Amino acid sequence: MSGRVLVGVKRVIDYAVKIRVKPDNTGVVTDGVKHSMNPFCEIAVEEAVKLKEKKLIKEVVAVSCGPQQSQETIRTALAMGADRGIHVDVSGKDYENLGPLQVSKILAALAKQEDAQLILLGKQAIDDDCNQTGQMTAALLDWPQGTFASEVSLEGDKINLVREIDGGLEHIKINTPAVITADLRLNTPRYATLPNIMKAKKKKIVTVKPADLGVDVTSRLEVLKVEEPPQRQAGMKVETVEDLVVKLKEAGRV
Amino acid sequence: MAGLLKRALRLRTALRCLCDYNMLSRSTATLSPVDFHSPFLTCSSEQVLASTRKLHAGADGSKVSPSAAPERLPFCRVTEEDLAFFRKILAGRTIVDPDLVEPSNVDWLKSVRGSSEVLLRPQTTEEVSQILSYCNSRNLAVNPQGGNTGLVGGSVPVYDEIILSTSLMNKILNFDSISGVLTCQAGCVLENLSFYLEERDYIMPLDLGAKGSCQIGGNVATNAGGLRLLRYGSLHGTVLGLELVLADGQVLDCLSTLRKDNTGYDLKQLFIGSEGTLGVITAVSILCPRKPKSVNVVFLGCETFEQLLKTFQLCKGMLGEILSAFEFLDSECMRLLNTHLKLPNPISDCPFYIVIETSGSDPTHDAQKLHNFLEEAMTSSLVSDGTVATEEAKIKALWSLRERVTEALTHDGFTYKYDISLPVEQIYQLVTDMRKHLGNRAKSVVGYGHVGDGNLHLNVTSPSKDPALLAAIEPFVYEWTASCRGSISAEHGLGLKKRNYIYYSKQSQAVALMGNIKAMLDPKGILNPYKTLPDNLKQ
Repeated sequence: MSGRVLVGVKRVIDYAVKIRVKPDNTGVVTDGVKHSMNPFCEIAVEEAVKLKEKKLIKEVVAVSCGPQQSQETIRTALAMGADRGIHVDVSGKDYENLGPLQVSKILAALAKQEDAQLILLGKQAIDDDCNQTGQMTAALLDWPQGTFASEVSLEGDKINLVREIDGGLEHIKINTPAVITADLRLNTPRYATLPNIMKAKKKKIVTVKPADLGVDVTSRLEVLKVEEPPQRQAGMKVETVEDLVVKLKEAGRV
Repeated sequence: MAGLLKRALRLRTALRCLCDYNMLSRSTATLSPVDFHSPFLTCSSEQVLASTRKLHAGADGSKVSPSAAPERLPFCRVTEEDLAFFRKILAGRTIVDPDLVEPSNVDWLKSVRGSSEVLLRPQTTEEVSQILSYCNSRNLAVNPQGGNTGLVGGSVPVYDEIILSTSLMNKILNFDSISGVLTCQAGCVLENLSFYLEERDYIMPLDLGAKGSCQIGGNVATNAGGLRLLRYGSLHGTVLGLELVLADGQVLDCLSTLRKDNTGYDLKQLFIGSEGTLGVITAVSILCPRKPKSVNVVFLGCETFEQLLKTFQLCKGMLGEILSAFEFLDSECMRLLNTHLKLPNPISDCPFYIVIETSGSDPTHDAQKLHNFLEEAMTSSLVSDGTVATEEAKIKALWSLRERVTEALTHDGFTYKYDISLPVEQIYQLVTDMRKHLGNRAKSVVGYGHVGDGNLHLNVTSPSKDPALLAAIEPFVYEWTASCRGSISAEHGLGLKKRNYIYYSKQSQAVALMGNIKAMLDPKGILNPYKTLPDNLKQ
């Protein structure tokens, strides 16, 4: 086994930022808006680095698909302890239309190219909430998948996984190579400390194009419209019960 | 108080026996800086004791603290007729239900409680004017109240003063996006103003941990400092205009939005920091800076305070114009954050922690400067560990380690808070000396604060209110401060608790002049009585 883990990290709008819809309703405003690593991807990176610290795997490779700025996200992963990065350069219209199907094709191609033993991803991205990439990647590679993982332990060439499901916790055992998607309670991502941030500047990030991997990124989906959810109406205060009944009658509720 | 006297004597060489305050105010003798402490400590402490209630009495009932409340002054009490008048002008906003008035009677620290029975909530300046005019004619005391987040007992009544809340005066009146001048009513919550401005690409020039509750009127009345003072300066500089109501109900409109206006005396400066004792602020116009495009927060760990100071110098040199905050906390603070708020330490354990914030207009430029600074700090071993945040969520997380120390302290027990300005090199020495002085009489002794501004927040906790511990802390802390010519209240103000300690940091002539101004603007003394000015200045 190569002992190599591929970790997918996605650059998304920071979760603390107030989202605004573009005036032409084609999407959300991303220009000049603070971006950061998807929180579930952070958890995936943390898990990969933990496995490396336990000496269960040998190398952590951080991968991101997107424009030039995606390299910042890879650098964050490097500062957390990843060894090197691969930036799959997708920009402009291609990037706007990039979805789980294309990304999973890219990840599958990279997994074969890098001879990865494990792919660690976040369970979903906070911008599209798709929760599809991990599952599609596993299907394309015909690998077992452990999704919504809240506990991961390697046992020889098998993985013991605890999954968070609606009914509670499910314990499964899967073979490697495999795809795992991280859920919230898997771990608490570390802060990148200064010595590691300095070291990360020297780690390598290689840029490739989807075509180099034999992947076609044309999308089969078309976004028709993006709009804000309806505004919440303010409540009304009344002084007496009589007023309440009058108001309810006016609103046609009684 | 023999103990007080003896310690006062130690402060200077010659003792001048001035027991008559009136003689002082008319005295033309120039008091040399070295002399001023003890004569006034002597007479003021005696007079204070004579009129002080025994709130902090020990077991033998003999020790009384100068921070305890004085006897109630002869104001009138609220009658049914008064209530009828208030109800006429403030229909539905005259609160007398004890359960609704109670939260406004107690301060945020739950350390002082008043017994007001009336809470008024005006919405307009005109209503405030009518209220004050009436109260002035009826000799009813009034306690202006904003967000009630003050830490020196200045925001709540001492007795039955009518609480005048600005909470419903929360309209934003105007924002000029070219000049960046925001005009709003005094009851606007600071955080709401921040949100409003951020949407328009501006920020408030001040920021403090209490932002979710504190109101801009209160901030101005107390000349709040906060986390951004290092970069944007104090409210004395950023407030361009005020609208106030004076004690007799007169509306004073100084609500200019001009950056420069040298026409006559700058009256608003008098009211900024006056703690509600000279007038009630009803509207503020304030100059706001542009929202920085790039904000970075760095959390560093240092082994010694000397290294921390050297890091500060390095920081000013290498980060210079993009530096917007430089705060510190000690390992005891981190322990409290871990224990009571379950906030984890993002780096390894160190004796001292620094929070540095940079704000600039160009992310690449700032990142490069920051990288150079961090490299230098690490290689010269000034800093033993650290982490950097550029993302909003992580920035909030790192700031909360500094902003929530106050909250963590409230969970540790009864807190004795001291907010001191000192020469920067000596800031931590006070904490070390206090720890040695108190030994294990105290539960925790922590130091943190705006080290970049020379402002230390020294806090001591005990399981419950302990008069003996208080007697050990005060006046030790004030004398230590006075010996370095520091301020016994850097930004918290004097309020109720520190009013009698004013002489540790201000000359008696100055205090006397303050008394004259108070008498001129509020002859009946109805505005926020028992606060800010010392008891021996009673009219």
